[in-house]
Amino acid sequence: MPVMDTRATSAMLYLDGVHVSFDGFHAINNLSLALEPGEMRAIIGPNGAGKTTMMDIITGKTKPDEGTVLFDGTVDLTRLDETRIAELGIGRKFQKPTVFESQTVYDNLLLALNVDHSVKGTLFWRGSKAESERIDKVLETIRLTDARNRLAGSLSHGQKQWLEIGMLLAQDPKVLLVDEPVAGMTDVETHLTAELLKQINKNHTIMVVEHDMTFVRELGVKVTCLHEGTVLAEGTIDQVSSNERVVEVYLGR
Amino acid sequence: MFANCFVRLRAAFLSILLITCFALPALAGPFEDSVAKFANDEFSDTEEAIGEIAASGNQLAFPIISALQDGRLSADPETKKVFITQADSKIVDATTGAAVDKLPDNAATVRLNNRLRRTVEAALGGLTLMSPDPAKRLAAAQSVFKSHEESALPNVEAALAKETNKATRQAFAEARAAILLFKSDASDNDKLEAIAVIKARGDQEAMALLTSIGSDQPPLVAKAAAGAISSIQGNLAIWSGVQNAWYGLSLGSVLLLAAIGLAITFGVMGVINMAHGEMVMLGAYTTFVVQEVIRTRYPALFDYSLLIAVPLAFLVAGGIGVLIERSIIRFLYGRPLETLLATWGLSLVLQQAVRTAFGPTNREVGNPSWMSGAFELGQITITYNRLWILCFTMAVFAILLAMLRYSAIGLEMRAVTQNRRMAASMGIATSRVDALTFGLGSGIAGIAGVALSQIDNVSPNLGQSYIIDSFMVVVFGGVGNLWGTLVGAFTLGIANKFLEPVAGAVLGKIAILVLIILFIQKRPRGLFALKGRAVEA
Amino acid sequence: MTPHILTRSLDRAATTFILVVAALGVLIPLSNLLLPQGSLFQVPTYLVALWGKYVCYAILALSIDLIWGYCGILSLGHGAFFALGGYAMGMYLMRQIGSRGVYGNPILPDFMVFLNWDKLPWYWYGFDHFAFAALMVFLVPGLLAFCFGWLAFRSRVTGVYLSIITQAMTYALLLAFFRNDFGFGGNNGLTDFKDILGFNVQAEGTRAALFFLSCVALLIAFFICRAIVTSKLGKVLIAVRDAESRTRFLGYRVESYKLFVFTLSACMAGVAGALYVPQVGIINPSEFAPGNSIEAVIWVAVGGRGTLVGAALGAVVVNYAKTFFTSGPLAPYWLFMLGALFILVTLLLPKGIVGTYNSWRETRRSAAAAADEASAAREDGVAAPKMAE
Repeated sequence: MPVMDTRATSAMLYLDGVHVSFDGFHAINNLSLALEPGEMRAIIGPNGAGKTTMMDIITGKTKPDEGTVLFDGTVDLTRLDETRIAELGIGRKFQKPTVFESQTVYDNLLLALNVDHSVKGTLFWRGSKAESERIDKVLETIRLTDARNRLAGSLSHGQKQWLEIGMLLAQDPKVLLVDEPVAGMTDVETHLTAELLKQINKNHTIMVVEHDMTFVRELGVKVTCLHEGTVLAEGTIDQVSSNERVVEVYLGR
Repeated sequence: MFANCFVRLRAAFLSILLITCFALPALAGPFEDSVAKFANDEFSDTEEAIGEIAASGNQLAFPIISALQDGRLSADPETKKVFITQADSKIVDATTGAAVDKLPDNAATVRLNNRLRRTVEAALGGLTLMSPDPAKRLAAAQSVFKSHEESALPNVEAALAKETNKATRQAFAEARAAILLFKSDASDNDKLEAIAVIKARGDQEAMALLTSIGSDQPPLVAKAAAGAISSIQGNLAIWSGVQNAWYGLSLGSVLLLAAIGLAITFGVMGVINMAHGEMVMLGAYTTFVVQEVIRTRYPALFDYSLLIAVPLAFLVAGGIGVLIERSIIRFLYGRPLETLLATWGLSLVLQQAVRTAFGPTNREVGNPSWMSGAFELGQITITYNRLWILCFTMAVFAILLAMLRYSAIGLEMRAVTQNRRMAASMGIATSRVDALTFGLGSGIAGIAGVALSQIDNVSPNLGQSYIIDSFMVVVFGGVGNLWGTLVGAFTLGIANKFLEPVAGAVLGKIAILVLIILFIQKRPRGLFALKGRAVEA
Repeated sequence: MTPHILTRSLDRAATTFILVVAALGVLIPLSNLLLPQGSLFQVPTYLVALWGKYVCYAILALSIDLIWGYCGILSLGHGAFFALGGYAMGMYLMRQIGSRGVYGNPILPDFMVFLNWDKLPWYWYGFDHFAFAALMVFLVPGLLAFCFGWLAFRSRVTGVYLSIITQAMTYALLLAFFRNDFGFGGNNGLTDFKDILGFNVQAEGTRAALFFLSCVALLIAFFICRAIVTSKLGKVLIAVRDAESRTRFLGYRVESYKLFVFTLSACMAGVAGALYVPQVGIINPSEFAPGNSIEAVIWVAVGGRGTLVGAALGAVVVNYAKTFFTSGPLAPYWLFMLGALFILVTLLLPKGIVGTYNSWRETRRSAAAAADEASAAREDGVAAPKMAE
């Protein structure tokens, strides 16, 4: 594993001068960003600003053309694949809720648990009481205790979003990347989700991508606005939403 | 042995009777005397006869000597008459050319030995060297070149002096050089000049000639010969490379033709159609039907049969393609593995349908006159059908590319494949576009079938032999990219033909398959892969 | 409490399957051997061999279902693993012929004598020992699958791309085995077998024993597959099938999982081939034909993929139909029927026989449960709770 001798930065997640282009289109352009341990950061920006591509880079799905991506100040993420990065402790919730539809809610969480993920480990796996207790706890947190034996595919859209957050909890990563968690949710669900994220933030570092400004305001955390693959503005929600350029490219007048 | 003697005796008796009954030929000139020498059954007389007849300039000289060569010349030892048995088994008198009912009973074939055979060959060469037909003169010169018989030298030189045709002159000069090279008393200078002429010829035969001159040559000549050999070898290596490249281009064009429709259905639409090969087969059978109708009704149109078959094959295969898309494939969008299975089933049905309708054996599809034959280009032979298929493939490719880029339906196709929902919301009838795109891909496969019917067996299994290759081309070139398919087809074609001489046809093919399998590991999305988030399925 | 790995979640279909296979495996050989010839319940020897063939196909179908039904890997090259296992067994049987061949050479099989070879090629060494051949039955297909899978899965070749290159693989092997100088009998393959482990392969007793062993192998294969798909590993496989990328982000090394089941499945296919060859008496390159592999996939689709029992059932049903139709006056129409089967199953019966039956029972059960609940609620005098969604 590519580990540096000394910590290059105190940040949990550190991106510096990252570039990536697809067939001449610059999706990410000199992007620099740092996420401190325990922080929750909201990322906003118009479509095509590079939000999802940034998450792809952090989780190893896309390799940047140049630039530094460090985890925990020591690990170079650009040289690792998705599995390794997930094992290190970076979890991800996708824009489109992606759960294992033909399996039960309980099994979805069981699969997400951060236990032995080797072929041998799963082949000879025998459930333990500690594991089922952890799953029960997560089920309670995401309010799906009653649905534990239902197939994930039969859940409502909002429930799937929560199940996916629940899978992140079961995975118990150091950093959670959450892509549009409240898309398609009702106002009540949106509010509950904000509460849930705040609760999770107590012992996890979180990066949330979201379009819903009410939700971002409710989170009440530092906001970064991306535009054309680079950081346009950074600060509190009020600072960012009063920024001339942000208003121009994203929020509209 | 004893029986043979008896036959001869009886024959002698009969011939004496004959001589007394009929008057002997009144005219007995020098030509007749020469011919009569064959009847002496002495090798030395036969040799003399050959020389004299060859020099006589008589029009019967050539038939006589070639009959001698083939063992069709018989002579009656009693009457000294000589007969030629012609290829159509009619018998003529060798001196007059008059037809004879049957051979006399005691006539025997004029015998030859090995030494005489060479004399005969040289004499024949000399005789045809003077033929009024330039093609015959050329052939004669070639044969002298190969035999390099010393006795032919005066003839060759005489012919060379008279010759006006450029190609034939060249051949005579080469023949003369070949003789001089082997003539023991030729001067070093003559030999050196001869080597230069042969070197300029530069083909396999020239090399064979030079390598067989023996080691007892003067050092200067030996050195020149060695130099010429290595130069010819280099030359031949280049030509064999050119030959392989041509074969590769030809194979590549066939692959491209078969794969180009697939590049539309699989590459652009993402529909995996295992019945693609059967569309090609349907095109080939359309050609067969068109030719059958033309043969029985309008034989004069035969040369236009392919021009008629191309649009028909496009309509037949394209129509069936639209039918397939509407009835099967549209229910399976987004389920590629199921599409694969269903279309495989379809391919079985289509094959069996054609087998039922046309029988399981190969059907005869003819080449129109403009597609038969070949021409020489340097040291290689190029057949017209392969050349036409290459041109045809490039034309189809260009038309398809232009259609996708500039026509309205092409624009709609690209729009639907890039963003179906957006296209639908902009008022494009996506399901109509799907059907047309699939029809287009199938129709092109049908056109490919017309071309492939010219070089391959038209049988119900025609398509199966192309399906794996076609997929390899599309996957190798990069899905969704017509240029990738072009490059993929020609790369695979040429690689295949360059591997063949080294590894053999089957191992070469296996090697190509293994290389593609390894290549896909390195670049899972092919040579010209699309990148970015849009690729993710 | 997790039940034992062999018995956990044995549903009704699985139990029935095990009982039926066990019963057939015992009863058919016994009836063939013990009952007098021509009696009503006596199974003729040709039928024993035919059904033995079906059982081998059922093992092949199980191996395909394990990777396709549960892990989403559609291999169009499993016929190759089957044939490789068959060839390994065929080589043993060839060596057992000894000097009884036409040319009477004690070492070289007839076709090598015919080709004027003077000694055994190195890759034929050891095949005179049954144990070595039996090892190779696993090892050769397993190793090929491992190498192939290692390359393919590591570079994330998935979906139809994988299907196509597996097809290319079996096609390449087909071409290779057709060659005489490849050393496996070329076009004619390996045939004219005499003995297996000292017993005459043609004898009734041997055929009955082979049938019994095939049933045993089918049961073992079934238990192994069952153990895998009901373990947590099975859940991971389904996760890979449904959302490969998501599984990766959860920290599973997807390629290792795929490689494991692909290799195991290839070994199973190899065993099926090895049992098949002595029962049909020949193995030739046509077993590598791409059509064979894809036909095996349709057995699984007909029976119901992802059900195991269905795969085995599909293999038997489709092959029984094939035997029935190709031997009667309908023979020219068999390919139409097979083709139509491919199309109709994918369009109309995507879950296959067993899958459709399962979901029909599922809906009936939940309907019954809802009705019970409703009537119970009514009896209690409470309004029936509103069904969720």
